[in-house]
Amino acid sequence: MSAPDESAFGVYIHWPFCLSKCPYCDFNSHVRHAAIDEPRFVRAFAAEIAASAARAPGRTVSTIFFGGGTPSLMQPATVGAILDAVGKRWTVAPDVEVTLEANPTSVEATRFRGYRAAGVNRVSLGVQALDDDALKALGRTHTAQEALAAVAIARAAFERYSLDLIYARPGQTPQAWSAELKHALAEAAEHLSLYQLTVEPDTPFATLQAVGKLTVPNDDTARALYDTTQAICADAGLPVYEISNHARPGAECRHNLVYWRAQEYAGIGPGAHGRLDIDGERHATATERRPEAWLMRVEALGHGIVSDDTLLRSQMADEFLLMGLRLAEGIDPARFERLAGRTLDPHRIKILQDEGAIELTADGRLRVTLSGFPVLDAVVADLAA
Amino acid sequence: MSAVPIENIRNFAIIAHIDHGKSTLADRLIQLTGGLEAREMVEQVLDSMDIERERGITIKAQTVRLNYRARNGQAYILNLIDTPGHVDFAYEVNRSLAACEGSLLVVDASQGVEAQTLANVYQAIDNNHEIVPILNKIDLPAAEPDKVKQQIEDVIGLDASNAIGISAKTGLNVPEVLEAIVHRLPPPKGDRNATLKALLVDSWYDVYLGVVVLVRIVDGVMRKNQRIRMMGTNAAYDVDRVGVFTPKLTPAEELGPGEIGFLTGSIKEVADTRVGDTITDDRKPVAEALPGFRPAIPVVFCGLFPVDAAQFEDLRAAMGKLRLNDASFSFEMETSAALGFGFRCGFLGLLHLEIIQERLEREFNLELIATAPSVIYKIKLRGGGTMEIHNPVDMPDPMKIEQIEEPWIEATILTPDEFLGSVLKLCQDRRGNQKELTYVGNRALVKYDLPLNEVVFDFYDRLKSVSKGYASFDYHLTDYKPSELVKLQMLVNAEPVDALAMLVHRTRAEQRGRAMAEKLKELIPPHMFQVPIQAAIGGKIIARETVRAFRKDVTAKCYGGDVSRKRKLLEKQKEGKKKMRQYGKVDIPQEAFIAALKVDV
Repeated sequence: MSAPDESAFGVYIHWPFCLSKCPYCDFNSHVRHAAIDEPRFVRAFAAEIAASAARAPGRTVSTIFFGGGTPSLMQPATVGAILDAVGKRWTVAPDVEVTLEANPTSVEATRFRGYRAAGVNRVSLGVQALDDDALKALGRTHTAQEALAAVAIARAAFERYSLDLIYARPGQTPQAWSAELKHALAEAAEHLSLYQLTVEPDTPFATLQAVGKLTVPNDDTARALYDTTQAICADAGLPVYEISNHARPGAECRHNLVYWRAQEYAGIGPGAHGRLDIDGERHATATERRPEAWLMRVEALGHGIVSDDTLLRSQMADEFLLMGLRLAEGIDPARFERLAGRTLDPHRIKILQDEGAIELTADGRLRVTLSGFPVLDAVVADLAA
Repeated sequence: MSAVPIENIRNFAIIAHIDHGKSTLADRLIQLTGGLEAREMVEQVLDSMDIERERGITIKAQTVRLNYRARNGQAYILNLIDTPGHVDFAYEVNRSLAACEGSLLVVDASQGVEAQTLANVYQAIDNNHEIVPILNKIDLPAAEPDKVKQQIEDVIGLDASNAIGISAKTGLNVPEVLEAIVHRLPPPKGDRNATLKALLVDSWYDVYLGVVVLVRIVDGVMRKNQRIRMMGTNAAYDVDRVGVFTPKLTPAEELGPGEIGFLTGSIKEVADTRVGDTITDDRKPVAEALPGFRPAIPVVFCGLFPVDAAQFEDLRAAMGKLRLNDASFSFEMETSAALGFGFRCGFLGLLHLEIIQERLEREFNLELIATAPSVIYKIKLRGGGTMEIHNPVDMPDPMKIEQIEEPWIEATILTPDEFLGSVLKLCQDRRGNQKELTYVGNRALVKYDLPLNEVVFDFYDRLKSVSKGYASFDYHLTDYKPSELVKLQMLVNAEPVDALAMLVHRTRAEQRGRAMAEKLKELIPPHMFQVPIQAAIGGKIIARETVRAFRKDVTAKCYGGDVSRKRKLLEKQKEGKKKMRQYGKVDIPQEAFIAALKVDV
């Protein structure tokens, strides 16, 4: 993994459209039946990039990430134009990581080479499951076979790729999951994102759960599934480096590390969030979520930002803990002290250490242990208290 | 102010159960006699504290002078002393009554006589009062004036044939009440030319005037600039002002015999005035003082701790301010391993406790945790010696105890007969001994001997709930009796929590311990580890529960760079943690303390 320096700078680009909405998803995604005017969006993205660069000039971009929504619905030319806009406003590092999230359908796979030509060098494929019934239940429009075909195309087109899977699905047993996971590991070269299914409020799954038509595994089963996942991935040489992410050492997603290490990133596009250090203060920015409203806002004002808050020290400290403790590398307590202006409570540290939930490393970092990861939220709440 | 002869003065109190309309009647009397302009009238003028108006109860005695021209053409001064209706404030009732010659007994014509009415009316009879029975709310369809009259005669033994039926709300027949006060209540007696002799009825602190003393002049005259002497404390003061309440504070030249009014002077603290004391002229004091009152002493104790430890000094200041006005409330500093710094406080009863706690929270913006209410236990030690304790922490080693005695009360309960079974069961469950059971129409009057320590545990709330609010309750302390009391301790993660310790009867300990353990299990959140919760007497565990450890508690995916949403969740969690007490390795929410102590067994 790259050294956890504080100078990395990420650019996040949000493409807010999907062909259909998955019932578990609470991300900012929208389904439109009319064609999307991509050139118009490109102009708006470019304007917002320019506005962002004016506020945070002189950065060297180390990662760019196209998330969504479904960015693989964009034409490669659109992606290329946005990357050009980034390069025009900021210096781009020669080893920049450019990731695009893609749906593993046959249609979208036809664009992979185009994305590569446009400058994308990593794809994150939303495979989600390798079981057709499960894919259907998750509202996915592709089959397992179609997804594997897309993976093969990605493997040929890109230096780096990752697969996303959702587990702890209704009725899933540790046995079935370990078989599926081993299959996925065989397909993944270096990186896997493995998310436990979370029923988010205001999603169709939440409605189903409320009326008793959806039952997710209980905490004990979810815990067993998590433990199984850790063991299998570690065996395969892809240990956990973030609570839900596994990689061959050195193949971690550098963009997500920017978030988890509380480094700087610009949020571009509808509903995107950013963290920018301006005049010694950390700004938390968020843009208009509704795509058309964002578009009009950018066209009128040159940016889509609807909230721009200066974070208090306590808020920076909270974010630092929240994100940093998700990483296996943990946090540097000295950096916490600089941000928070206080030390972590030694009494709380002692209790958590005694429970084996956290440990202090030889080089002075504080990290959550493998047995602490499954109860990370409680650990963070304790340390932040 | 024109001088009115003593024959034209009437001093009276109003006796009524909560909600039977005492304050509304007082409002009407004030209105009819023009004491306040219409724009100055707020509901329940005399209940000046917000908490009094909201709860519909009177806490501090208040007084008002009414100027009344009767139908016979003569001018009268009517002094009304409003009295608290609740058992906890019986001592205030007593001294208010001592300042009057007569009482209006107000009974709700649909509800009938209640337990507290009984207690107060007997006090009035003890004070040789003439009593005018008044049936209120006769305009309501449920009113049964004849039945209630019969009740007054049967239960109280008072002639109710000429009771006045009124509606204080609409004003119906209220003028008749004024006439009855003039014609049926006696004037005070007193000698204007004798040496000053006055009863100190009450005192309180006013931010502008300092200590205000409510007095009833028995003989002689009290004037501005006079030097007076308090016979009990043997302290002398110069009078700065005298006056009356209309109910506004109104200065006067003098107060003559039979009059009720106030004085202010160079008195620094309410504690310098002793309620029931005799005030006389410093230069020629009277030889004999008036009979005093029994001082009000705290009988219920509990610890009060700030939820936020940083508020300790604020709490100390607030308690000091409250005590300026309420000398019956006592406090001393206490430390608890679980709750930190706080105060051990003494109260006249449970309502008094609740009111003080509510006033501290409301008027001083404090958040408080109250520990288990306790009473005073008398302990005889082996090998001689006795001690009194009201804090379980102070209980000596059981091996050293020969005997523990606890206070008992006699409770009077009036209840509609359909709830009698539940009321009797409640009293039996609380270790009560039935002394008397009689019927008054379709209502039962029950007398029970009960240990006070069972009553301080939400007995009143339970009584209200088993009787759908219809039963009324009054009590007085009787004596101390030997008892098999044990110290019940709650252990959280194997450590005893001092704030949850209490003395309970041996037969009740297991049940209570189990109920508290269950409640704590419900309210203590899961931790990284299992948290055992135990109830113990001495070294013996009598109940055990376990709070399970977290198995899984993690957000799988964070949306892009939207850390704000997660941060807000964390802030909420931190807020929650702030409301918890870190006890050893365990975070105990404050509501767990409160709920565990209130648990119903």
